[in-house]
Amino acid sequence: MNRVKRTLAPYLLVLPGGLWLLLFFVVPMVTMFSLSLQQGDIINGYRFTGHWQNYLDAITDYRVQLIRSLVYGLITTVALIVMSFPVAYWIAFYGGRRKPTYLFLVLLPFFVSFVLRTISWRQILTDDGMLLHPLKEAGLLSPGFHILGTPYAVIFGLIYNFLPFMVLPIYVALERIDPRVVEAARDLYAAPMTVFRRVVFPLALPGVFAGVLMTFVPASSDYVNSGVLGSSSTTMIGQVVQAQALANSNYPMASALSFFLMAVLLTGVFAYARVLGTEDVMNAAAR
Amino acid sequence: MTTTMPAPATRARRFRLTGERALFTYTWLVIAWLVAPILIMIAFGFNNPKGRYNQTWQGFTVKWYAKLFEIGDLTSALVISLVIAVISSLLAGALGTGIGYALGRYRFRGAEGVNLIMFATMSSPELIMGISLLTLFVSAGVGLGAVTITIAHVMFSISFVSTVVRARVITLDRSIEEAAADLGAGPWTTFWKVTFPIILPAVFSGVMLAFALSIDDFVVTNFTAGTTVTFPLWIWGATRVGLPPQVNVMGTLIFAAGVLIAVITNLRSRSKARRG
Repeated sequence: MNRVKRTLAPYLLVLPGGLWLLLFFVVPMVTMFSLSLQQGDIINGYRFTGHWQNYLDAITDYRVQLIRSLVYGLITTVALIVMSFPVAYWIAFYGGRRKPTYLFLVLLPFFVSFVLRTISWRQILTDDGMLLHPLKEAGLLSPGFHILGTPYAVIFGLIYNFLPFMVLPIYVALERIDPRVVEAARDLYAAPMTVFRRVVFPLALPGVFAGVLMTFVPASSDYVNSGVLGSSSTTMIGQVVQAQALANSNYPMASALSFFLMAVLLTGVFAYARVLGTEDVMNAAAR
Repeated sequence: MTTTMPAPATRARRFRLTGERALFTYTWLVIAWLVAPILIMIAFGFNNPKGRYNQTWQGFTVKWYAKLFEIGDLTSALVISLVIAVISSLLAGALGTGIGYALGRYRFRGAEGVNLIMFATMSSPELIMGISLLTLFVSAGVGLGAVTITIAHVMFSISFVSTVVRARVITLDRSIEEAAADLGAGPWTTFWKVTFPIILPAVFSGVMLAFALSIDDFVVTNFTAGTTVTFPLWIWGATRVGLPPQVNVMGTLIFAAGVLIAVITNLRSRSKARRG
């Protein structure tokens, strides 16, 4: 009796939450996939017809926005790696007792709503705002100069909003490095740059990978930054999906676009994992 | 920690010292950049704009703190957000603790699958989760509103709660539970009198995390809200016409409360750790 109880216990504990995830995460993915192959409209209803044409239409109609989103996501991710690494490095190796304080400061933006933070940047960067107005007055910028509405503004916003997601995993990987390994490299007369290139960076790669996973996918599918800081020439695929789903109620199209986007993003991430897979990281460390 | 490793040569040492200073400066510049828009948000809650747009600095005032609840639909949006955050974080706390405890404590068939689904919910883009929930609710003929928002928030919070709880349960000293059992406590009593108080701080941080995720969420909410308006949705809708200073004040208060709670819990856990 007691043994039965004990083997049942984990299942009973998992059951309510597991059911919730099944019902509201797994099942929706299935309905989304099913809807992406349906035809019809909001008034007459949708019927499943195995309509792969939805995917072809989605890709041909929104090719530009799809490619743009991937390019923005890629630029953002690369910039994030370059910008975050020194921060994570400094906190991990020189933070000392203050490490938690520095991490807390990096996470500070999360205490303000994502939308509100982005709008705050819009206020700072606006054409005659607190940043550009004085520069224009001083004659340092031409009166027609603007940042808002350009791809730069959108990528700037993406980098800003996702930076903590890159710093944190790189920090965790660096923090785990045994100082004796670095010491050994130095004892063997490796120059500082060589120590970094051959020892520290390869050991930090799993953290970089985790950071890419946490930033590339959400950045490419984001629609808040482009909506607030961009213009019609920076429309990203997230905005298209949102408009198709909420304004046009074209659920099959929105579903097909989302599914295609997810497939592309996951393929990209897994390709990256293959190239920089754990084995390669080990090899790089051993070399 | 700063200089534990002896440098082999003075040139290399100088290089590292200036490198260290450069890294230090750079890190603080990045932190300043991260904090800048927050400071602007706080500052413009004290601005006294003449017209409709709260864009440029026009004088100091604290009147928006007094007129905080003067915009009716903004206030009700904030209230809806708070109610949804409380309910969804408590629900996610209960469901997530169950999963986290089971994963940390037992080895069972299907644990891998549960882990996989948790990882998937934490790493899937919000856009995909939002649109898929929308298709589910539309296909099932469920009307969108506060209930569907809450369902969605519980869904994406569960995995975060269970991750935090699992981490605590793994480090749990089993001998304490065994001692309770030896003294004649049944499994139920042991759990509530011994185990639960130990994992309670982790459950609490999980619930706080879920609360923060819920009150801040825009994307998933956008797809599951229908005509219901939460605080982030109200801000989004008002962006084009210009945000009233009350939004800055509410943002400031939420920020202050969040930072305060984080600092207090951090200090308490640190002093507890020092006491041993």
